[in-house]
Amino acid sequence: MAGLGFEETELRLGLPGGGNDATGDAATARKRGFEETIDLKLKLEQPASSAAVRVEEEAEEDEAKEAAAADVIVAAASPAAAATAGGGSMKRSPSQSSVVTAAALPDPEKPRAPKAQAVGWPPVRSFRKNILAVQSSQQKGSGGDKDDGKSAAFVKVSMDGAPYLRKVDLRMYGSYQELSKALEKMFSSFTIGSCGSQGMKGMNETKLADLLSGSEYVPTYEDKDGDWMLVGDVPWEMFVESCKRLRIMKGSEAVGLAPRAMEKCKNIC
Amino acid sequence: MSTPHSSSTSSAPHRASPPQIPQSLTLAPTASSSASPSSSSASGMRDAAEDDSDSPPSQMSEDDPGGGGGGGGDRWEPDLRGGNGGAGRWAPPDQVLENVLESVLEFLTAARDRNAASLVCRSWYRAEAQTRRELFIGNCYAVAPRRAVERFGGLRSVVLKGKPRFADFNLVPNGWGAYVSPWVAALGPAYPRLERICLKRMTVSDDDLALVANSFPLFKELSLVCCDGFSTLGLAVIAERCRHLRVLDLIEDYVEDEDDEMVDWISKFPESNTSLESLVFDCVSVPFNFEALEALVARSPALRRLRVNHHVSVEQLRRLMARAPQLTHFGTGAFRSEAAPGGGLSVTELATSFAASRSLICLSGFRDVNPEYLPAIFPVCAKLTSLNFSFASLTAEELKPVICNCINLRTFWVLDTVGDEGLRAVADTCSDLRELRVFPLDASEDSEGSVSDVGLQAISEGCRKLESILYFCQRMTNAAVIAMSKNCPDLVVFRLCIMGRHRPDRITGEPMDDGFGAIVKNCKLTRLSVSGLLTDKAFAYIGKYGKLIKTLSVAFAGNSDMSLQYIFEGCTKLQKLEVRDSPFSDKGLLSGLNYFYNMRFLWMNSCRLTMRGCKDVAHQMQNLVVEVIKDHTDEGESEIVDKLYLYRSLAGPRKDAPTFVTLL
Repeated sequence: MAGLGFEETELRLGLPGGGNDATGDAATARKRGFEETIDLKLKLEQPASSAAVRVEEEAEEDEAKEAAAADVIVAAASPAAAATAGGGSMKRSPSQSSVVTAAALPDPEKPRAPKAQAVGWPPVRSFRKNILAVQSSQQKGSGGDKDDGKSAAFVKVSMDGAPYLRKVDLRMYGSYQELSKALEKMFSSFTIGSCGSQGMKGMNETKLADLLSGSEYVPTYEDKDGDWMLVGDVPWEMFVESCKRLRIMKGSEAVGLAPRAMEKCKNIC
Repeated sequence: MSTPHSSSTSSAPHRASPPQIPQSLTLAPTASSSASPSSSSASGMRDAAEDDSDSPPSQMSEDDPGGGGGGGGDRWEPDLRGGNGGAGRWAPPDQVLENVLESVLEFLTAARDRNAASLVCRSWYRAEAQTRRELFIGNCYAVAPRRAVERFGGLRSVVLKGKPRFADFNLVPNGWGAYVSPWVAALGPAYPRLERICLKRMTVSDDDLALVANSFPLFKELSLVCCDGFSTLGLAVIAERCRHLRVLDLIEDYVEDEDDEMVDWISKFPESNTSLESLVFDCVSVPFNFEALEALVARSPALRRLRVNHHVSVEQLRRLMARAPQLTHFGTGAFRSEAAPGGGLSVTELATSFAASRSLICLSGFRDVNPEYLPAIFPVCAKLTSLNFSFASLTAEELKPVICNCINLRTFWVLDTVGDEGLRAVADTCSDLRELRVFPLDASEDSEGSVSDVGLQAISEGCRKLESILYFCQRMTNAAVIAMSKNCPDLVVFRLCIMGRHRPDRITGEPMDDGFGAIVKNCKLTRLSVSGLLTDKAFAYIGKYGKLIKTLSVAFAGNSDMSLQYIFEGCTKLQKLEVRDSPFSDKGLLSGLNYFYNMRFLWMNSCRLTMRGCKDVAHQMQNLVVEVIKDHTDEGESEIVDKLYLYRSLAGPRKDAPTFVTLL
């Protein structure tokens, strides 16, 4: 029973806390319970369907959220919990292993993402999202989290085999992981491996070799000097400053870049 | 219909008369008047980008197996395929009847009517096939290009739709398909007189555009909505070679921009006066040659619709407006001055430009708007029927002075930054409003959300003629939705997106079942998108009352397969069903078996489907294409199906599917 806020998942008919808040926002309060639990869960087996009793509704909603979580690009695979279906009993047990789907990312050390977002939800076209994101980053003062007072740093992203280029604003992201998530959304068959924001820490020589020799895709970038480097070599901020364009190439083609990265790896690891 | 064989005087020797029928009868009314609404329309804003289902239903009549391929004999229209050659000189006795029939059928423009006519008998089928001028294909994989070309003899206009709509939300991996190339390759030789091509969610390469430009000497209208794959290079070819071009509409496309290969396509238009009526390129994000545009506008006397991208200052807008005072639709791109603060155009000067544009009825753009310049549009507000502020993050205070003048507004798109208060101002003034779209500035589930049920209620009270609404919010109540269902009886499109998942009524904590139940019951909806906390009960209502619904979008809703069953059994007019992240399993999927042929497609992602269920469907329904789509090519074999896309098709499984698509 790791402080999961059992009260929030407790079965009850009616609003948690009962009655309306001053703001009338019982919904948000209720939702928070789900928000917390959603990051701990991954996709589950099918539950039995049942009548539309409130209790069952809660069960099903969680199931549905879990189904959603599978769709989610979640950085956390932290202790997963499974809900046992049936009988309306909703015990959550963090020690149980859950069914992990292919969409889950491997990095148990990474702290839980603040909120798992589902792909393509809310359903606003990326065309619109991109325009508004640029506008808001330009309008934000230097106090904003992502804005450091400088203008956007757009770089082209090309991927071997993809029919067209993309552009991303590197300043919209705070770390390699965030960039990875965004790129993954854009180019779905792309993996960045497990680069952390400290550069190559966490990646060892064997892993790198495996990554490169496999059919995985590897992100590379062209820096100010015109050299092509593996993404993840340098600290994030340095990367944003020096990156001119990104190219996601097949692992087998990136072998030529390995020596430098391996070298660095040897130095760091 | 029986045809008399007896009379020998009727046909062969007198074949001379039919060719005298004036050509004007054979050429259908030009595309703009008979077009499906997904193409250009003079009234109101081009909303094809967001709205999918205006077009007449694609009830492509399944061909009778005998497939009459163009009756024998001479036609008074040139036989474009040249197939009959010398052998076809003899005309059977019913040829005259067919010619007469063709003249009559010319007047049928709606696809639904034509589809019905084509089913009467073979003779009608052939006549209809020869006289259809516009072909609408709602799913480019539903039929092979060759087959369409073989059936229809004299097309002037083709509308094609490709990817499923959820591709807009990154749910369809890149490279999935919807390439226009095979279509262009087939249409080129078959229809040298083709004038119009409209594509939505298709991949169009520069080579495709070049082929279009080279294949159709009379080409007049190109409309690309939510397409990708082309660049300014392709645009340059179109501009240069299509000398009769009237419409070039690029709406929310993803246009490649290779900086080193960027082409000054605007300069490529003919140097003489052009026939341009509409030039929309706000999605082409690269800078362009402004002087060339100004000159182009000056030599395009027919230009009525112009939407530029954001690389335009208000000073430049002024110059454009001076060159084209007859504009009806104007997209301003950005709306700020490039000069240093304090300098630049004054608001008054800009206002005079707007005042001189006496025909303006539609304004859009306003990206990166400097609110100080907003008063410049006051002179035209009263005449505006359509206003798109959906890229301008305005506050209620900034909106109010503008909107209070817009008494004739019918279409309004706005960002939620104006809040409930801004919406109230809209409701107070725009009593004629037909379409409202409220977009979120921050499109994330845990965003603040600036509008709520309060705004919706206000709109419902002030805008009684509302027909279509798209509303993103974080807080909603059943009461507000019920109120709208009662206050706005003309509503046909209701798309409510409560961004936080599974949110119940914010006051009662109840599911949103009753609200959506009321809206389907009281309004004659053809399109519905649901959200919020919804149980099977909501879908029972939808099935019971939603008899006119053609498009239904479901996300994070329902508690069991019963929901799907309610939908399939109840919504008899259902054509497009999109479902995501809902607890529906194979059982629910199979409950639709008897209905899939009546639908254009079913999309389901992140539900509870398995390969077994999908294979079951594929096995039982031979004329369905069942696609299971994976996110990663390298994903191992899995019993769980994350993305399912199934659609009826005469063409069978497609040959261009990528490796991450499994066709069952």
